[in-house]
Amino acid sequence: MIEAKNVSKWFDGQRILYDISATFETGKTNLIIGQSGSGKTVFMKCLIGLLSPEEGTILYDGRIFREMSQQQKRALRTEIGMLFQGSALFDNETVLGNVMFPLRMFSRMSHEEQLERAHFCIKRVGLTNADEKYPSEISGGMQKRVAIARAIALNPKYLFCDEPNSGLDPRTSILIDELLSDITHEYGITTIINTHDMNSVLGIGEKIVFINKGHCDWIGNDKTIFRSKSQSLNDFVFASKLFQEVKKFLEREYEAEENI
Amino acid sequence: MIISSISSFGRYCLFMTQVFRTPDKWKVFFQKLILEISKLGVDSIPLVIIISLFIGAVITIQMTINIVSPLIPSYSTGLATREILLLEFSSSMMSLILAGKVGSNIASEIGTMRVTEQIDAIDIMGINSANFIVLPKVIGFVLFVPVLCVLSMFMGLIGGWFIAEFTTMLSVENYVFGIQSFFNEWYVWYGIIKTVVFAYIIASVAAYYGYYVKGGALEVGQASTKAVVSSSILILLADVILTKLLLQ
Repeated sequence: MIEAKNVSKWFDGQRILYDISATFETGKTNLIIGQSGSGKTVFMKCLIGLLSPEEGTILYDGRIFREMSQQQKRALRTEIGMLFQGSALFDNETVLGNVMFPLRMFSRMSHEEQLERAHFCIKRVGLTNADEKYPSEISGGMQKRVAIARAIALNPKYLFCDEPNSGLDPRTSILIDELLSDITHEYGITTIINTHDMNSVLGIGEKIVFINKGHCDWIGNDKTIFRSKSQSLNDFVFASKLFQEVKKFLEREYEAEENI
Repeated sequence: MIISSISSFGRYCLFMTQVFRTPDKWKVFFQKLILEISKLGVDSIPLVIIISLFIGAVITIQMTINIVSPLIPSYSTGLATREILLLEFSSSMMSLILAGKVGSNIASEIGTMRVTEQIDAIDIMGINSANFIVLPKVIGFVLFVPVLCVLSMFMGLIGGWFIAEFTTMLSVENYVFGIQSFFNEWYVWYGIIKTVVFAYIIASVAAYYGYYVKGGALEVGQASTKAVVSSSILILLADVILTKLLLQ
């Protein structure tokens, strides 16, 4: 479980995050949603430790990140997997090389065992016949899968995903969402996904934290999001015509429920 | 301007303290070291051969044309060619050329890694990214550059020999006698020492500019240009200081 308590962040005197508190639960897909520029990426970077919040505390299973020694932080980082928006695969490494990278750096496995583990992870994300290909030779969806395989290679306790669906077609987006959800439940990982894709919100949003202009405006899940009274959340969720239609449909449903 | 320069120098020093740490895994470090020696050093051999060969030939032609006094012995052409190559061309001029090739290569590679979040990915894993990426490049280039320097000296002299052999400007005997006359071995060491220092400047300055890139492809290109310009200026500055220290 990861907890953020009253996290605030400034850049050049400008406040970006305002006292954000949220809990991200183990074995669940936790989503951070919000408009572009709302501060969700900054918040996620604070959670991972790539940025230091000026105020507030981040706790990893009760361990205060700020108070950890460099050695403890290094040890913690081996428990973290990260899927970047642009996949961040190493250009000069093949698919297999990318997945083996964390194993080469941190595991005490023999080369054969590393290979076996890497092949297992590649297979787990549904990739076939791609071991010897370079990132530039595979599609965006495949790159995401490789990045997920790399992120889970060391059996992480915490998995962070920064906009995993960006640049993908709707079908591939759903497949990636399902894969992340499956992996989270299968290995009991604390997964935090940063997204503004409503399909992800509805599909895998077991816990949702909505950030608006640096404030945490709402916390809930995919079941309660349509009943929220938060104006900023509704403006965000029902921005598209499709979801406005869904809203009308749901309002009729709610009215019918109330009448009954 | 002055404050910005001091600030940059401070940040460069802090960056270097990150770079010169014990590698996380020696086996991976040595694998990367071999790769960098091949990429930055061995791949520069053709460029060094071509440039040294032609510049050696040009220096010989110019010396032959300009040394016309009957008071100056005919072997002076070879001697002057050798001294120019050993003292300045194969170390300083070659380093300036390598700053363009190797420096821009390092800055753009690391800059691209930065803007595509590859460096963040390494940091997230708990690896010292500065050490992991930059140290093999700096050590690899510094280790291999004496080979390039000596090769440049040799190829420059061969270029001069071609002029003696295939033109009527001077005789081969005079040229060969010239390049053997009054030979001071220290000049070779002086050239190698200078080249090693310049190689460190090229690799570390380029890595610094690449590592701190912010933005996208445009900024990577700008960082690459800045890396070449800055390292060239620093090479010239270091050249003056080293010449004063080593030859006086």
